[in-house]
Amino acid sequence: MNPTELFNQRASDEATSRTRRLLAPDPWASAGLATHLKDHGALEHHPTSERWRMGMLGEIERAGLVGHGGAAFPTGQKLRAILDHRRKPFVIANGTEGEPASMKDRVLLARAPHLVFDGAALAASLVGADEIFIVVHHDVRESVDLALAERREARLDRVRFRVMTAADGFVAGEASAVVNWVGRGVPIPLGKAPRMTERGLGGRPTLVHNVETLAHLALVARHGAEWFREVGTAEEPGTMLVTLAGSVVSPGVFEVAIGTRMSDVLDLAGGPSAPIQALLIGGYFGTWVPAPVALSAPFSTAGLGVGLGAGLIVALSTTGCGVRETARLVRYLASQSAGQCGPCSFGLPAIAEQLEFLAHGMPVRFDDLTRWVTEIEGRGACGHPDGVARHIRSALDVFGDEVSEHLEGRCSASERRASLTIPMGEPL
Amino acid sequence: MKSPLVLRIDRIRCDGRGTCAEVLPELIELDHWGYPIIANGSVPRDLERLAIAAVELCPKMALELKAAEEGARSVSDRTDEPL
Amino acid sequence: MSTGAVVSQLPWMWLVSRASGVMLLVLFSAVFVLGVSTRLGTRLRSMPRFAVAELHRTLALFSVALLVLHVATAVLDPYVSIGWWAAVLPFAAHYRPLALSLGALAVDLGAAVLITSLMRKRLGPRLWRTVHWLAYASWPLAFMHSLTAGNDMSIWWVAALVWGSGSAVALAVVDRILFAKQSRTGVIQPPDPPIRREPANCTGVRS
Repeated sequence: MNPTELFNQRASDEATSRTRRLLAPDPWASAGLATHLKDHGALEHHPTSERWRMGMLGEIERAGLVGHGGAAFPTGQKLRAILDHRRKPFVIANGTEGEPASMKDRVLLARAPHLVFDGAALAASLVGADEIFIVVHHDVRESVDLALAERREARLDRVRFRVMTAADGFVAGEASAVVNWVGRGVPIPLGKAPRMTERGLGGRPTLVHNVETLAHLALVARHGAEWFREVGTAEEPGTMLVTLAGSVVSPGVFEVAIGTRMSDVLDLAGGPSAPIQALLIGGYFGTWVPAPVALSAPFSTAGLGVGLGAGLIVALSTTGCGVRETARLVRYLASQSAGQCGPCSFGLPAIAEQLEFLAHGMPVRFDDLTRWVTEIEGRGACGHPDGVARHIRSALDVFGDEVSEHLEGRCSASERRASLTIPMGEPL
Repeated sequence: MKSPLVLRIDRIRCDGRGTCAEVLPELIELDHWGYPIIANGSVPRDLERLAIAAVELCPKMALELKAAEEGARSVSDRTDEPL
Repeated sequence: MSTGAVVSQLPWMWLVSRASGVMLLVLFSAVFVLGVSTRLGTRLRSMPRFAVAELHRTLALFSVALLVLHVATAVLDPYVSIGWWAAVLPFAAHYRPLALSLGALAVDLGAAVLITSLMRKRLGPRLWRTVHWLAYASWPLAFMHSLTAGNDMSIWWVAALVWGSGSAVALAVVDRILFAKQSRTGVIQPPDPPIRREPANCTGVRS
């Protein structure tokens, strides 16, 4: 590294040191209980005190914390919804991370599991639950078990934790799928179901939170709403974990303040490894944004015009082919359909097939393709077809020129290999 | 004054048998694979009896009619939970 | 002997029971075939498919009525002693116990199908469907009962009706199996064109 680069590195370190909340600066730092208590201090809760509970809820609402599983649902609102019910609720910490390219939940559970446990215990105190399920990706099961063992030895919690390994598969991370997994061992979304907050696991109100949300909760409880809002934007306060992938120098998981300039966000991963044509924001269900627009925009829903989803950012270089990536991705998503509903089970593979023809420059039933994409929306029991439809629409829009090329049997990309990771996927 | 009704479908139960589209083509059409596409909005008064017939004749009991007020905002009832 | 005396000496109950039995088998077979047609989505003449389903249900209910007549006349018939229990309990009759047991079992299964169908809304589709599959078992029981309960198979047209009904049902079963085997790819059948209809305030649709 030459001195200029070193300087840039340090400058960005300083800028981001304020935003190092969930993740400790040193990736190799201990994730153990002792270090956790030293860094963050113990978290006290008073589940029997109505005053404490209402006060804490107010604090969470003022902080403007939203869910980090993808839908960005206001956390305070979800907590309040559960309070309306008399039956004893369950809490489920969702660390399934069904999104294959996303790593943030695994990294969080490996590096800061105690924040997640703290947050879950806090949520349980707030809603009057005494049983918490922590559903984690198998990659980090061991770390989580270790963390729980430490807490049990220290008799830290009044609630009972149960760790479970998550099922594989894209839809397995959906909230009702997780509830179904915990309760019945079947990781597919429930259909015409009442809200989880009304009738979830075992018919009891169930609070499902993404593990990152719970980690933020644990810090808001310690430091308060004002502290939380010190970084980020007014409408979207706080930090969030992002997974940077694709054409960046060092892909990985980073913590960023919402509202940070996108080019600065990419710099956390060493910057682009090649000129970028577009960024996929949110996840495989996310939206493509063209690079010129994206790179100078702030990393926020307001700034980019698209939801931040599960914090995935994939950079596609100019040598890559957006049409090919989309075709591969949609084929993967089609394979991940739970298969419960006709429009999704039949529509997605048909759409994937047409996109593959398009990617190969073969004749395509383009009108059918666009009609089917419109038709699948809202006609499944879960959000799977909607996410795919949204993604495809943004791809057809952003890669419009490339699509036209492909419709004439050409492809302007020079890169032969696709860059998006697909589990067990065949490269086109 | 009776409140308007909304058709709601259980997408998991639905098997694409197509009985509903036969009975109520004004509001329901079938896609390429035989699955119903239901028009949004409430059922017009003069079609209510047919809507009730469609609900009763569905072999999978996938349709139901709900009062529009009950928060039945759209055809497919889904939880708003994130993926 | 006067006509009146001859007529009054005829064993009415027994005759009605036998006649209703034959009619019942034919009717029940028609219900079976219509049930399979409903499931397969086949069309009958130019009737819309939901009308096939309706016909299936209507004939099924009618055959229940006929069944009541068949059982009642058999029990009340003074020449043979069959108690009421024999209608639903196997091995309860002393007269042709095997034949009547088969009939009783058919009645039991049929009753389960009837009750669950009437209470469908409350029981939910899965329970209804599981019980409805019992209908596949009730037909062979009824058929075997027909063959063993009476002596009328020696009458040529009774035998024709019975074997004809059996063939129709066998064909329907084959159709059903083939349908189950074919996987669903692409378009199953083009959607039916909309039904031309008078303005929607006409009758013809149950409310």
